[in-house]
Amino acid sequence: MSDAARTAPAAGNRAAPDRATLLAAARAVPDPELPVLTLGDLGVIRDLRMAGDGAVEVDLTPTYTGCPATAVIAADVQAALRRAGADQVRVRTVLAPAWTTDWMSDSGRRKLRDYGIAPPGPAAHATEGPVMLAFSVRCPRCGSADTREVSHFGSTLCKALWTCRSCAEPFDSFKAV
Amino acid sequence: MTGVRTSQPLAAYALALGDDALILAQRLGEWVARAPQIEEDVALANIALDLLGQARTLLSYAGEVEGVGRDEDDLAYQRDDRDFRNVQLVEIPNGDFAVTMARQLVFSAYQYELYTALLTSGDPTLAGLAGKAVKEVAYHRDHATQWVLRLGDGTDLSHARMQAGLDQVWPYTDELFDPADQMPGVAADPAALRPAWHGYITEVLSEATCHQPEPRWRSRGGRDGLHTEHLGHLLAEMQHLHRSHPGATW
Repeated sequence: MSDAARTAPAAGNRAAPDRATLLAAARAVPDPELPVLTLGDLGVIRDLRMAGDGAVEVDLTPTYTGCPATAVIAADVQAALRRAGADQVRVRTVLAPAWTTDWMSDSGRRKLRDYGIAPPGPAAHATEGPVMLAFSVRCPRCGSADTREVSHFGSTLCKALWTCRSCAEPFDSFKAV
Repeated sequence: MTGVRTSQPLAAYALALGDDALILAQRLGEWVARAPQIEEDVALANIALDLLGQARTLLSYAGEVEGVGRDEDDLAYQRDDRDFRNVQLVEIPNGDFAVTMARQLVFSAYQYELYTALLTSGDPTLAGLAGKAVKEVAYHRDHATQWVLRLGDGTDLSHARMQAGLDQVWPYTDELFDPADQMPGVAADPAALRPAWHGYITEVLSEATCHQPEPRWRSRGGRDGLHTEHLGHLLAEMQHLHRSHPGATW
């Protein structure tokens, strides 16, 4: 009857948190570079399991292979899960399936726009043809579609630099990958 | 430190691809604060960071497969030039911006075909990395393409300098496609990547009104540890901190 009770963590009196609670805690962690987004909004928490040895195992996928925030994200997830009651946490980095901006939640896209960053368009079109097609990006400040790309690359790996012809403001645009 | 043992072709393969990415990342980093526009400082640093991320995955994996306890830092910082397995293309000095763009076009178009081929590798680590990296490299290739078009099909001066950049880089292109240990279903056969690479390059150069150089010599031997004199200088800068202060963290 009480296998679960016997293997439950000895320290403290609180009940071991269930998977749903832990998953919600991991997904609620803010992204260190874009704190308006949670890791849940970004879609980088791929799975969370209770492992046989009682540890909580989290699968995390990096947005870009070289993203310097990956290590900070892993540490933040560890800390958040401990605060949520997990004793032992293992964070695994998984590369496949490759992260895509299509996994970003609608609320994440809204929050990005409110923050002044144009959210990503659909990723499927990004790599078709010999020269990439830049779909018109709407200015997150004035909403105009009369914008142009200044550079494919921006202040972080995930963003490109754009400018708006209507309101003349420069802005970041989340790259669709 | 010695090189990865040749009895482990998978480790040697991951190391060679990782060294390409690592050395080019270091070279591109030299452009920061020196590029013709601030957007290019940012772009080249971004590309370098992508390559560094790929290098970390590949070197960590090489160390894991090798199985004697070397991690990514040991492999990056504790080997001497003769133990590096990168092609010479990535180690030659940056030259002017046109030389760097010529190399970026050649190398990113190569990596695009490489990672596309590795998407179906039977090795889950290589296939997983390829799935991410092919998206990154598509951006690198597009960036280089746009510059080669703009400079090649620009003014007389920009055209002449773009062509000179291509001429300087071309002797190093054959090496990318030299035969390697065959690992069917795991590694990509370098020679098989060439037709698609060549098709892409031909299209871009023709649109850029440049011609494909026909050099009278070609580089050899990077994959066997034979390098130009430039690699040692690059490593001296890259490895100095780690070797002077082993285990330092901050």
